[in-house]
This record gives sequence, C-alpha cells and structure tokens, in this order.
Amino acid sequence: MTAAITLGPLFWHWPAETRRDFYFRIADEAPVAAVSLGEVVCAKRAPFFAPFLPEVTARLRAGGKQVLLATPAVVAGPGELAAIAEAAAGGALVEANDITAIAALDGRRFVSGPLVNLFHEGTLDVLTRAGACRFVAPVELSRPAIARLAAHAPDCDAEVTVFGRQPLAIAMRCYHARAYGLHKDACRFVCERDPAGLQADQLDGAPLLRINGTQTLSAGYLVCLREIAGLLADGVTHLRLSPEHGMDMVAVARLVGRVAAAALDPAEAEAALRALTGPAPWHNGFLHAHPGMDWVAAA
Amino acid sequence: MIRYLELVCPAGTPAALRTAIEAGADTVYCGLRDATNARNYPGLNFDAAELAAGIRFAHDHRRQVLVAINTFPPAGGSALWHQAVDTAADCGADAVILADLGVLDYAATRHPGLRRHLSVQAAAANPAAIGFYRDRFGIRRVVLPRIFALAELAQLVPQLGVESEVFAFGSLGTMVEGRCYLSSFMAGRSPSMDGVCAPAECVRYDPEGPDLLARLGTALLNRFGPDAPRSYPTPCKARLLTRGAEAYPFEEPVGLNAAAILPELKAAGVTALKIEGRQRGRAYVGTVVAAFRAMLDALDRGEDPDAHAGALAALAEGGQETLSAYRKGWR
Repeated sequence: MTAAITLGPLFWHWPAETRRDFYFRIADEAPVAAVSLGEVVCAKRAPFFAPFLPEVTARLRAGGKQVLLATPAVVAGPGELAAIAEAAAGGALVEANDITAIAALDGRRFVSGPLVNLFHEGTLDVLTRAGACRFVAPVELSRPAIARLAAHAPDCDAEVTVFGRQPLAIAMRCYHARAYGLHKDACRFVCERDPAGLQADQLDGAPLLRINGTQTLSAGYLVCLREIAGLLADGVTHLRLSPEHGMDMVAVARLVGRVAAAALDPAEAEAALRALTGPAPWHNGFLHAHPGMDWVAAA
Repeated sequence: MIRYLELVCPAGTPAALRTAIEAGADTVYCGLRDATNARNYPGLNFDAAELAAGIRFAHDHRRQVLVAINTFPPAGGSALWHQAVDTAADCGADAVILADLGVLDYAATRHPGLRRHLSVQAAAANPAAIGFYRDRFGIRRVVLPRIFALAELAQLVPQLGVESEVFAFGSLGTMVEGRCYLSSFMAGRSPSMDGVCAPAECVRYDPEGPDLLARLGTALLNRFGPDAPRSYPTPCKARLLTRGAEAYPFEEPVGLNAAAILPELKAAGVTALKIEGRQRGRAYVGTVVAAFRAMLDALDRGEDPDAHAGALAALAEGGQETLSAYRKGWR
C-alpha cells in the first residue's frame, strides 16, 4: 500500500520570483503527485504571483504533477470573489476552502480543502453529492475520525497533512499589519518581511504561534511520520506537505515518500527530518486526539 | 409584535429565559445541555423538559424561542445532533440555529416545516455562500459574522434573499467563528466540536514570585502583576512576545456595543439584533435586554434612545467597549 504525496498551497507571502523558483524546483525534483497553487490567506497578495502562474503551472505539469487551484479561506470581499470566479472558470481541479467555491463549481468535481469544516459522515455525504472527489482532513481530526470518513466514502479519496506548520485560525483582521502598527488597507505588504511568519512566543520565550497576515499557525511543525503506515491502512490515499520557508521541501517529500512506501523506517526518517527542521517544536497531538500542540511519542 | 428590530436574547438557563422575556426580548435563544451547542459550559443549558417548559412560557407571552444546535458532530457521533433537532421540533421551537452541513441536511429532510437559521459558526459572509445554504437547506435567516462595516452591511443584506441577524452586544471573538482551532491546539477542547473555547478546567493560574501566570493547557497566555486586573486566558486575547516586546497580537479584551448605531442597522435592512452571552447570569441578561428594549422602543416612537444606553457601558467586557467592525470594517 502506498500513497500519493501532495504539496498543499503556500500560506506564506514570499516574493513572486522566490515563489516561482520554489515551484520550479518542486516541478523538476520533488516526488510529489499533485501541487495546489492559489492564494488561500489574503487576496491582496494574489496579483504579485498571477503573472507567473501560467509558467509555473506548465512546468509542474511537464514534471508530471497534477495542478490544483486552492481558493481563499475566507470569502467576503471582491478580491476573494474574483479568485473564486477565476478558479471555477479555469481548467484546473479546484481545492475548495470555503462553501462559496463549492457553490460556484455547481456540481463539478472538487477537492474539499482542509479549511472546510468536515468532521463527520453526514457532512461528507453533502460534500460528495456536491462533487467532492477527495477530502483533505481538517487539522483537528483524529486518526479514528479520519478512518471513519475514509471508510464511509471509499470513492472519495482521503488526504491527510503530515508535515508543516498547522493553520489554526483565520480572521478578517490582519494581525501582521497590526504588529507593525499599520492598517490592513495600507499594509505595505509587511507580511513579506517574515517569510516563515511573525513569531508570537509565550512570555517565557517558548515558541507558540506564527502570524501570517490574517492567518495564525503553529510555531512548531506538524510531523506525522510514524503514523503514516496506520493512516494508509485506514484508507488514506494522499499525504500532504505544507510548503515552509528555509526548508528543503524536496528532501521532505523524499523522506515522506520512502516512509509511505515502507522503504524507510519512520524513526530513521524522523532523525533525518530533525536535521532539516532544527530544534523547532514538533506537534502531532490532533491525530492522537490530544491537544494539537502535544507531541505523542508512542504511536 | 416586533417593534423596530427583533431583539434576540441569550438564555443560558430557564431562569435567564424568563428574565429575558420579562425584560422585553422578542426572541430568546438557548441550547441543550450537551456538546450540540457552542456554549457547552457546566451549569448552563436546558434538558428537553426545561426546553418544552421554556417554549410554553415564551409562547404564552407571544415571544419566540430559537434552539442553537450549532457545533459540528464528530465522526460516528451525529446521532446526538439529530436527536437535538428532533427534540427542538418536538418541543415546538420556532427555529433551530445550525452550522454543520450534515445537520442542516438532516433537519431539512426530516423536519422541513421547522424553520432553520444559519449560525455564525458557519461563517457564511457573502451572497453566494449564503445562497448555497438557502437553496440547498432552506435557511430563512443568517447570523452574519462580526466583520462588516455598516456600509458593507447595507450593500450585502438586500442581496441575501434571507433575513439577517447581527451582533449588537457582548464578547467579541477576533477570529472567524467556526474556523478557529487555537483552543483545541492548546487545550484539546474545540469550539467547533465540543462547544467550548478555553474551558475553565483547562485554565490554571500559577504564582511566580509576586506574579500570576495564566495558562491554557500548557500554553502560557498571560502574566499579571500583583495589582493588575486579570483577564481570562482566551487564546485570541493572549499576551505574547512579538517583535521583541510583550503585546496583545490579536485583540485587547474589549466588548462589542452597537447601541449607538441602531438606526443605521435598521436602515441597512437588518432584521434582528443578537445579544451574545448565554454564559452570563440573569442580572446581566436582565440589564442588557431591558436597556436594548428601552432603546428600540424609543426609536420606534421616534425618540432619542441615548437616555437608555448608560446601563450598558459598565457591563461591556473589561469595562471597555467598541464599535470596531461597524465603524470602519474589521481590518
């Protein structure tokens, strides 16, 4: 049993050329089956990368990758509505992160993104009737819950994020602009100064959160390597990585791919990954029905 | 009879339900005593018999009762949510307030005659999303997220094809409702699934020298000096280190009070005003509801409502209040 490795949308705001070059390397070198493009966090960022989108899409497809277009997490203004309309009109499979995108697709096939509240079988029924061909488990889901959902809809692929900082909250207000004393409407794109997010540590200095514009993520990395064999046995078909700054995502993809193919022991993979992440905290609590920030060593 | 704007008030207990109605609520909303509603705290909420009695009391006074079933069932666990919808229907509730797609589907299929409102927990914030819920599940009203400026509301409300309810008073969450996992990240208890944010049993105040350290789960969320006022360690009201300094990166503790803009909300086409606070005591509910009743009646008579607003200021969270979103949009 093995699984397709996927690369989720880039949450952070990187300079457009950096972003392009990141995807070029993914296209050429990463053993991933699918890549989600699209701006999920802030519609104001989208125009920077838009000119590079056709080139990046073509390169990824030439590298044998399925290209998906992820839609915004919160849809309230004209920028987000335009992004949804474009995604719905385009040829790529859409990763819907909000009901608005699902409504716009009007029955066409889509991937239910991790920011759609999918917790139980009845909701999955509604989503598959609406056209979902794959669901990405929301961050809070435990392994037993994922197993139940995967078993409930065997025709709908099941995807679980196994690496990256975890998206924990989204707001209409921009906390990045707030931290720099700016207003969201005149933010000068200060979020670009922090390509791995703005640290928000506990008062004793321990890492806790990273602020990314309107989004709040975990400071530590979600790391699920020892859980992969169990997830695959439960019917999970896709394993997702979330792009991170200063991280060799090609190396991460190779590690996860080898663990999924049972060609590498998870403990060895963890040792190799520790060299890549440095001392940052690791989390896997949600999968074990613990507080998400916990690290559950026995799996 | 609804005067001016429908006043929708919280009832965490049967006593608060009676208090709210006697103080002038047009409508009260409440939840069952389990994880099916977003205020699943000890000592709160209704069992089926209390709900039936509360609805009878309200109907005897020609008022309405809405039942909030606005959390998200866990995998394998939707039976409790289905039962809650059945109970609300059996007790004669005037509407149910729902957020989850699966629960909406159940309610629309099994109880087509039971009026359905879309909870703020669904975070539907544009005509297309709200239209999806309207067309698929027949929702008749949406509780709008607390994110819009007045001008945005005035543009949005007429496009919805359903009634809209907006928050007028109470605690202010800073994240999009129904999409925030900070509490479950730190404490393992989730607003979405467990109906609780930062529950008291996961909060600790540890002395350190003269200070008190406030923790949620293992996360240190604030430190209070000996004479400093203490706030509750809710994740979005945490004091953290950002850019080398202590700060409240999300929001300083403040409450929402829209008393000053009631005519503008009415002009925007809003149907109902919601008072937050099912976790609050009877005295609070009675004071807030009576003040809003007096203001709405004054407006209905063409008078200045300001004379009745004074009672509210002292009740806003942390003694501070804000019109934040409605004045400038929530940016």
